[in-house]
Amino acid sequence: MGIFFFIPLLIVLAVSFASRGTDGGVEWTFSLTNYAHLADPLYFRIYGRSIALALATTALCLLLGFPLAYSIARAPIRWQGIWLLLVMIPFWTNFLVRTYAWMFILRTEGLMNTLLINLGVMTQPIELLYSDWAILIGLVYGYLPFMVLPLYAATERLDLSVVEAAWDLYATGWSVFWRVILPLTKPGVIAGCILVFIPSLGAFITPDLLGGAKTMMVGNLIQHEYLVMRDWPLGSAISFSLMALVLLAVMAYFKTDGRLDRLERGV
Amino acid sequence: MVNNHQMHTSRNRKWLAAFLCVASLSACQPTAEDGLKKGRTLYYFTWSDYVSPDLIAEFERQASAKVVVDTFSSNEELLAKLQGGATGYDVAAPSDFMVSIMVRQGLLAELALEKIPNATLLAERLQRLPFDPDNRYSIPYLWGTVGIGYDSNVISPPPESWTVLWDPRFKGRISMLNDQREVFGVALRVIGQSLNSRDPTVIGQAKAKLLSQKPLVKTYTSESYDQLLISGEVALAHGWGGAIARAMAERPSIKYVVPKEGGTIWADCLVVLKTSRNKDLAMRFINYLLDPVVAARTTNRLRFASSNRQAKALVDEQLRENPAVYPLDSTFDRLEWMADLGDAIRQYDRAWTELKMQ
Repeated sequence: MGIFFFIPLLIVLAVSFASRGTDGGVEWTFSLTNYAHLADPLYFRIYGRSIALALATTALCLLLGFPLAYSIARAPIRWQGIWLLLVMIPFWTNFLVRTYAWMFILRTEGLMNTLLINLGVMTQPIELLYSDWAILIGLVYGYLPFMVLPLYAATERLDLSVVEAAWDLYATGWSVFWRVILPLTKPGVIAGCILVFIPSLGAFITPDLLGGAKTMMVGNLIQHEYLVMRDWPLGSAISFSLMALVLLAVMAYFKTDGRLDRLERGV
Repeated sequence: MVNNHQMHTSRNRKWLAAFLCVASLSACQPTAEDGLKKGRTLYYFTWSDYVSPDLIAEFERQASAKVVVDTFSSNEELLAKLQGGATGYDVAAPSDFMVSIMVRQGLLAELALEKIPNATLLAERLQRLPFDPDNRYSIPYLWGTVGIGYDSNVISPPPESWTVLWDPRFKGRISMLNDQREVFGVALRVIGQSLNSRDPTVIGQAKAKLLSQKPLVKTYTSESYDQLLISGEVALAHGWGGAIARAMAERPSIKYVVPKEGGTIWADCLVVLKTSRNKDLAMRFINYLLDPVVAARTTNRLRFASSNRQAKALVDEQLRENPAVYPLDSTFDRLEWMADLGDAIRQYDRAWTELKMQ
């Protein structure tokens, strides 16, 4: 595991300090220019868009995933396996194929528009495919299971007697959720959010196929530098910075979180 | 109760483990490195949707070898993957200007022309092409033009100029290739320049032109525009003639035009890679693909014109007369080959990134 993970990472790091040859390829002259390129205002739009889309995806997954995971965990035990299986079944099909299926659902004469028009919800088809909405739908669809599974693990361990105690003490529904259920399932919420946020930040198939390749996310930018521009050093510098940023954010989070926990416990 | 609860938790953990395994599986993709078996296997690296499975099967029987097909979707991707150390491929199908780059990069093996007798049957227009006049490294295979496929029920009168792609009436019903050289080629021809321009000011002007077009564009795609035309999702598609000819077969109102400003003429060539371990088999495969009968069957299926001059007579009559497949004689003087631009390509790289970023 270590070997398969760290050696490629080290290669990426090394390449990020090299420079690009005329036809692409890597020339081993040390330079920091690739990292300087990252501050190019050209790229800031991409960073902003990616973070916004990844945050929206995470929020929507949490909103949809929490009730789903909670109801699975509270379902009769023999049903839980079946519900979980249903959550996982989409993974048996390649992600690319499933994304193509969404193209058929979202297109102008596709399933979604036909359905909405036949139900009388609207009279004119709306342009769903090749928009930011389509990207968001695709990302939420793709990463929802990554939110549901850790949340399931957390809610399943939730001690119901504590929740009952809260009700007995005349807590409102909101404060039961906010002050009892949420703090107790926090590890699952955090794990789910991390598992959804990171891959959606680096997604490139979804923006390409559902967004119509009109705009880019960081994942597209990296793929673009590697496969279209053949600028491996710049691509490596972007990948490495992205990884470092995510790692720092996660570490910073855990650090402050630990401190807060200690504060709360009065240590 | 507690025990029961734990048991079922561990069962669900197993589900989680199974899920992770399957999830990681779906991320894996086979590469040419897989299945390097003892028997003779030929690895063919070509464009997506660019082979005829029955012809591959026929060659496999004739040569008692196995053919593994792997695909790319742009010349840049082909080069990036080869430079990335993807060895093991025997035959590839780069376009004209990419052949020059691959030769310069030392990626190609010299062809043993005595083993490829069908190479002498090249159509006149495809002989002595500037990027490899003596066919030392490459032989043209399929060729054609880039133009506009349009739905004649929606777009009338028939468009004559690329500027129809800037017509606000067709907002959201236009698709462009997802290919930087081709897209810039259109804008450059519209402003009256060569599609091989190296002048930064001119490239800047082309970029401004494309930025003004972007709000009208539904999608940049090099793969699914024929489907979009067929389903009526777009009414104007910038694309390769053959793919548009495929759309015509499904929806007869679709027509093809090479606009008056002119555009690209291209040829995808067959090359043998230097790292190939089966050069003899590779030459035999190239000769097979260039055989008049095989070439005609290829054209009938893919709707791209074959480079073999004897093949045209064997191709379905309808396709022979389809200007999307075999360009009209009158269009040739406004067609331009794409050239390898050397360092100037960085200008296009940057402009393309800027276009995509807005």
